[in-house]
Amino acid sequence: MINLLKKLVHFLIISIKLSLSGSRKYHAWLASLVIILLFGLYTYYYQLKYGIIITGATDQTNWGLYIANFPFFVGVAAGAVMIVLPAYLYKYKEFKHITIFGELLAVSAVIVSLACVLAMLGRIERLWHIFPFVGTPHWPQSMLPWDVIVLNGYLFLNMLIPGYILYKKYYNEPLKKWIYFFILLSIPWAISIHTVTAFIIGVIPARPFWHTALMAPRFLATAFTVGPATMIVVLQIIRKYYTSLPRDKLISDRGLFTLAHMALIALLVNLFFLGSEIVTIGYTTTSHLAPLKYLLVGLEKEGVVYNTLTPYMWVGIILQVIAAVLLLFPKTRKNFTTLNIACVFVILGILIEKGLILVIAGFVPTPLGEIWEYHFTLPEIAITLGIWALGTLIWTLLLKAAIAIESGEARYSSK
Amino acid sequence: MVDKGRRDFLKKAATSATAAVIPFSTVRIPVFDVTLDELFQKHYQKMSEEEKQRVIERLEKEYKEEYGVDARIKTTPPIKGVVFGFALDIKKCIGCRRCVYACMRENNCSRPSPTDPTREEKQWIRVIALEKYEINPGTKRTGIGTEFGDVKAGIDIETSEHYYNPEKVPEKDKFYMPVQCQQCEKPPCVKVCPVQATWKEPDGIIVIDYNWCIGCKYCLSACPYWARRFNYTHPYIPKDEINPDMHYLGNRPRPHEVAEKCTFCIQRTREGRYPACVEICPTGARKFGNLLDPESEVRKVLAKKRVFRLKEELGTNPKFFYFMW
Repeated sequence: MINLLKKLVHFLIISIKLSLSGSRKYHAWLASLVIILLFGLYTYYYQLKYGIIITGATDQTNWGLYIANFPFFVGVAAGAVMIVLPAYLYKYKEFKHITIFGELLAVSAVIVSLACVLAMLGRIERLWHIFPFVGTPHWPQSMLPWDVIVLNGYLFLNMLIPGYILYKKYYNEPLKKWIYFFILLSIPWAISIHTVTAFIIGVIPARPFWHTALMAPRFLATAFTVGPATMIVVLQIIRKYYTSLPRDKLISDRGLFTLAHMALIALLVNLFFLGSEIVTIGYTTTSHLAPLKYLLVGLEKEGVVYNTLTPYMWVGIILQVIAAVLLLFPKTRKNFTTLNIACVFVILGILIEKGLILVIAGFVPTPLGEIWEYHFTLPEIAITLGIWALGTLIWTLLLKAAIAIESGEARYSSK
Repeated sequence: MVDKGRRDFLKKAATSATAAVIPFSTVRIPVFDVTLDELFQKHYQKMSEEEKQRVIERLEKEYKEEYGVDARIKTTPPIKGVVFGFALDIKKCIGCRRCVYACMRENNCSRPSPTDPTREEKQWIRVIALEKYEINPGTKRTGIGTEFGDVKAGIDIETSEHYYNPEKVPEKDKFYMPVQCQQCEKPPCVKVCPVQATWKEPDGIIVIDYNWCIGCKYCLSACPYWARRFNYTHPYIPKDEINPDMHYLGNRPRPHEVAEKCTFCIQRTREGRYPACVEICPTGARKFGNLLDPESEVRKVLAKKRVFRLKEELGTNPKFFYFMW
């Protein structure tokens, strides 16, 4: 037992050392992330002091950029399962090494989503009210305690699994059977985090735009697009900067193209869902129509046309369509320039669709027919950027250590 | 932006704490601006009478420091055999918004501050103006297969006007519909609250424990009547406009960043008085009473009039009835 503890501490120290050591460029990257994070924290201090008034939230649009960001990053986290699933269920060997990187992406994305929710709370010092035993979680009726459970569970699983695998690799020991239980558990769990997150807004009939059974399926489709797309870009960056390794050692072209294929299928499904929604709602003249009209053409009331989000909506759709075309043809899918363009378009397109529009457009018009457009404020953008920097920082540090151990560069030696 | 009273109180609290006069639990934690007493306060329904009394003493002291009033915070329980209901005669409503302002004064809602633009006005009642009818024969907006054109009539919420401001009300071609908390029997706000900070009392009123709410605003999203409000910063109430007759679950001044809404004036109605909006209404459009008493005004309205409820299709089952004739 003591031996195990010693080994664990040693492993942790080595990992921290590995993640902090690097070139000057690497340190500059870390430093810039820390600066953005600190700036975000500084702004958050003002939010604590003066209240959420520093964001654009009002009684008409009570959730702003933080909650708008939330489903996007839960999606990124859930999307990591697209690498885990083929690697463990089908023993797909091209994903053997990169699975861990995907799981670490999930860790940082879950932390970002949790931070988004925490930033939105007016009384964060009362957070303990939601915890079991000490507080009064409204479980199982309310969707938020469910989300607390699934997100934290997913965070735990995705720290445990890669942590354990890297630990064993570092000491050159075989994996024990029990870990496969958690690996298999993490697959449905990934689906659950995004389903519950979709239910948070999907179960509110007061907001017709959200109240659709398609919410959870659409969430998953976008998640399975963004997850692989993000991985494709980041894996190439790793490959570029990790020149000490042979190019194909950890990350193979074939693996990347498989990810691109997955992103394509999920993206087509998402576009199909989008079209299905537009037809179903657009055909009728129910209360569901107003928010969709607001997004696609703008909403007119008392002689004023409200359409702040319309250009974003169209940019989001067009980016996704272009990406789908680029990914559809093998020629452009297997060309790294066009593949990267497609991936960036997909990430941006879905960030706009899910990270900006989905939540905010749900508030237009209000249940009493008032139209109130959301306007982002600089403080909330600063805090959001801080949260993004936090996630990127965590992922960078985790990846740095993981690559060194996974590639075999860092190994335990008894001397 | 922290107002002077609070700052002075902070200073006092800090100095007296060093002098060991005030117990440690009343020292304010910086940034969050709460005392330990406040931070570890229990859920209202889980407090014993004694604990409630201690919390109330603390709050009364705080209000005295901040607003200079001798407030009395009641915890009047629901009356047995009473379930409150509301009825509103749309035909009689003239859209004067007297109810809106009477409600604000009665319920210690935040007012616009003359010096600080971030202090917002919070109104629990929203009166919407609706066009009686609009017929556009032969316009471009011609309907399918007819030359008659679009007809707009009745309660069309999507086209309602919220900030109408004519010289005189009522306007000839309009009618008005005040909307406030509908005290649903199946309230979506209660269902979605992640910490059970809002619940339905036995007399049918939906209440909020302002000291338990975590400020997630899920209830604001879930309410189909847009009845809930949220103080995005510290509310502002002029000292001379405080209503010292308070209920813990009702009109006591709210802390910053928690949800609030109409409680049918719980501080009045549980003592047999009318809500402020009913009392002020110059036309008698508002009727209030015990739904379980066949002789009550609201029951008489139900018996004699044809009533309807707002957004009944959502199955929220409101105890707020509208009628027109």
